[in-house]
Amino acid sequence: MAKQSTFTNMVLCLFVVCLVCSGLLAGVHTLTASAIAQAEQNKKEQAVAAVLPEFDNSPLNESISFSFNGEDCVVYPAQKDGSLIGYAIQSDAVGFGGKIALMVGISADGRIFGTSTLSQAETPGLGAKITSDAKFIGQWKDIDAASFRFAVKKDGGDVDAITASTITSRAYTKAVQKAYEIFKSIPR
Amino acid sequence: MEYLVFLLKIIISSVLVNNIVLSQFLGICPFLGVSNKVNTAAGMSGAVCFVMALATLVTYLLQYYVLIPLGIEFMQTLVFILVIAALVQMVEIILKKTVPSLYQALGIFLPLITTNCCVLGVAIMVVTKEFTFGTVTKMLNLGESVLFAVSSALGFALAMIIFSGIREQMEINGVPKPFKGIPIALITAGILAMAFMGFSGLV
Amino acid sequence: MSKLGIFTKGLIKDNPTFVLVLGMCPTLGTTTSALNGAGMGLATTFVLLLSNMVISAVAGLIPDKVRIPAYIVIIAAFVTILEMLMKAYVPSLYATLGLFIPLIVVNCIVLGRAEAFANKNGVVDSALDGLGIGLGFTCSLTVLGLVREILGSGSAFGWKFIPADADGILAFVLAPGAFIALGYLMVLFRKIVLKK
Repeated sequence: MAKQSTFTNMVLCLFVVCLVCSGLLAGVHTLTASAIAQAEQNKKEQAVAAVLPEFDNSPLNESISFSFNGEDCVVYPAQKDGSLIGYAIQSDAVGFGGKIALMVGISADGRIFGTSTLSQAETPGLGAKITSDAKFIGQWKDIDAASFRFAVKKDGGDVDAITASTITSRAYTKAVQKAYEIFKSIPR
Repeated sequence: MEYLVFLLKIIISSVLVNNIVLSQFLGICPFLGVSNKVNTAAGMSGAVCFVMALATLVTYLLQYYVLIPLGIEFMQTLVFILVIAALVQMVEIILKKTVPSLYQALGIFLPLITTNCCVLGVAIMVVTKEFTFGTVTKMLNLGESVLFAVSSALGFALAMIIFSGIREQMEINGVPKPFKGIPIALITAGILAMAFMGFSGLV
Repeated sequence: MSKLGIFTKGLIKDNPTFVLVLGMCPTLGTTTSALNGAGMGLATTFVLLLSNMVISAVAGLIPDKVRIPAYIVIIAAFVTILEMLMKAYVPSLYATLGLFIPLIVVNCIVLGRAEAFANKNGVVDSALDGLGIGLGFTCSLTVLGLVREILGSGSAFGWKFIPADADGILAFVLAPGAFIALGYLMVLFRKIVLKK
């Protein structure tokens, strides 16, 4: 049932198969490109909304970029009724399995309103609990950053570490602290 | 000096800590399929090491000098698998003509490597993922990618050879009938994976 | 073989995980929970169904010597389409399954069915075969995921039945538990279903 193989029909056949498949992929790519961008935008929007009190502007479109310690960083200012209420700040630190990226919400008067994990590669069931452990995430709500000791209790700080995941908890703490440092150096 | 330590960390991390078979679950098919004898396991590992280094080198160059400039990163999977399939064929032909003795040793394993997911897996990983070794997080450059590929292959070889040694021993032992073959091999692999977990936190 | 027979053989007699022992990488790598397992299984079924249909339709036109590369290109195209659709519409599932989605290309089940069934049979039969094998794979992955989720995190399909701050047997979420759980499930499958 399969055809006899000659050099011409082999080359021609592979060429046609590749051409048709590439064409198909290019088509699907054009169709889904905007939806993919939208999905990424939604994820960020949700993270911003989760870490800040109610706002009525669109922080993602009004982002401020500047350089902090030689790194490019971006903050998203949130406003309500025309006055600034806080910033959502993207920050990161190296944990146990890789980079932990956070969105940290800090109100205009320097209180940490909440945190949300954007991406992480920690051990499932241990460090990965930073995305699900209610007790751990709960302690990052409404704290006064100026007087907060950014370290886990074991190191003499104020942070309750996740059991058996001290390295991850330290990294999370470091990332939030970095967000606060970025907050302090926002050009105004 | 600091850079040498970084390179050393890549090697230790991919051979022991994040072993490609026992903690990343890539290349399980040959791991279970051709691990009955230490000799065949070593032959397979050699072939994988060779193809993986070559494939990572070529796909890395393709990604950064062809796919990204043309803006067609979405063709990645298709292009990479074609490159790997072609490379395997080429290696087979070249070995047959030039080093027949090596072809004798690796030959029968070469066709199997096209569908060995650790080759494609590593090729995709190095161009899409940021790696963390110690306190440094970055995209790997060409040399580091090839080093990562080679050390991943060494990790594959280590797991294969240890495992085949255990399986040779197991042949002589009385295993309950329903456990014979794959199930007991899987449970053994589980215990081996647990041993490798002891390396976590090393880098 | 009857149409029903073609469809159902993938579920038990030719079950890709427990009998044929194919596609082990995603089987072990993605089944940290029942839903992840089901997601991976359905993703593979999508590719298997479409690639089987297309390959059975064009098999007569492809010269024998280049059939494998041609099949691989077709499979890779469907995998990439799946990747783009998942990125656009189920980004969180895509993020969880990660590398294992592009790796469907090298899943031996897909190429195996193309070579063993689709290039010798009609489009309808090949579709049924792909669907049957795919659903068999999905069921196995869901069961393995469920077992690991119950033991490892004390929950089933995301619903936690142990106290919120209690932990399961962590090893079952991690790599060793995957191997061990699959090993014992295979033994049970042989004992209970295949009766040998």
